[in-house]
Amino acid sequence: MKLMPSALVCRDAVELVNDYLDHTLSRGDRRRLEKHLARCDACHAYLDQMRAIIAAGGTVSPDDLAPETVEGLVQLFRRFHSDS
Amino acid sequence: MDDTELLARLLGGDEQAFTELVERYHSTLVKIARYYVGSSASAQDVAQETWIAVMRGVEHFEGRSSFKTWLLRICVNRARTLGVKEHRSIPVDTNESGPSVSAHRFDQGGLWSEPPVPFTDAVDARIDRSHLVAEVHGAIRSLGEPQRAVVTLRDVEGLTTQEVAELLTLSEANVRVILHRGRARVRSIVEEAAKGTKP
Ligand SMILES: [Zn+2]
Repeated sequence: MKLMPSALVCRDAVELVNDYLDHTLSRGDRRRLEKHLARCDACHAYLDQMRAIIAAGGTVSPDDLAPETVEGLVQLFRRFHSDS
Repeated sequence: MDDTELLARLLGGDEQAFTELVERYHSTLVKIARYYVGSSASAQDVAQETWIAVMRGVEHFEGRSSFKTWLLRICVNRARTLGVKEHRSIPVDTNESGPSVSAHRFDQGGLWSEPPVPFTDAVDARIDRSHLVAEVHGAIRSLGEPQRAVVTLRDVEGLTTQEVAELLTLSEANVRVILHRGRARVRSIVEEAAKGTKP
């Protein structure tokens, strides 16, 4: 089988994944990457992992905000309003 | 109730509205301030000053950006001033252009020799999912700056590339590069952990 001169290898394909997910790849690179992904399970798995990472990052974790911190700020707010 | 309405109530002295906004944004303020100042305690101070500025009404919200971006900008301006006083240099992108995946994972022809290790075990997908969320957040916290700030603002806080660039005074192209590296780093940390838990 003859490889196209512009065909991607995996090492280069993974470098395009982030821009692909953010829709900032050039059209040419996008085509080359999609062609590669269609026949490469490992790079497809890599893409899925990056998607999972981004989704997990955006899943709000229970906030690490201490009740004392909120209480302290509310005290400040009360003081401000009783002074003014 | 949306942010703008809460802000209006806050300025009218409504404590509940103030509390609600604090609960929504205080930890984001601390995270972004930490990028500029030398300690967590300083970051807490900056976040507090930001709220004081808001309740005093010294900065007017004109609705040109989202409330969140406006609030973060107040915080960044204060954090920057304090950072300068502390003589803290703002982390610059060191331009280390390491690959997203370490070179030994590929053969000489550039094809995977050690393909990605799956994060999740399909059998127990639900437990794995909340586990993954915790792992990813832990990995983001372990990043160095400026990657941590960029990944946090972009992926955790959901700001656009343009907003992140503006807040951190980086170019958009730079934000993209840093984000690329930061996410790749997070993936490899999570993958390492997955390797450890599999037989
Ligand atoms: Zn591949």
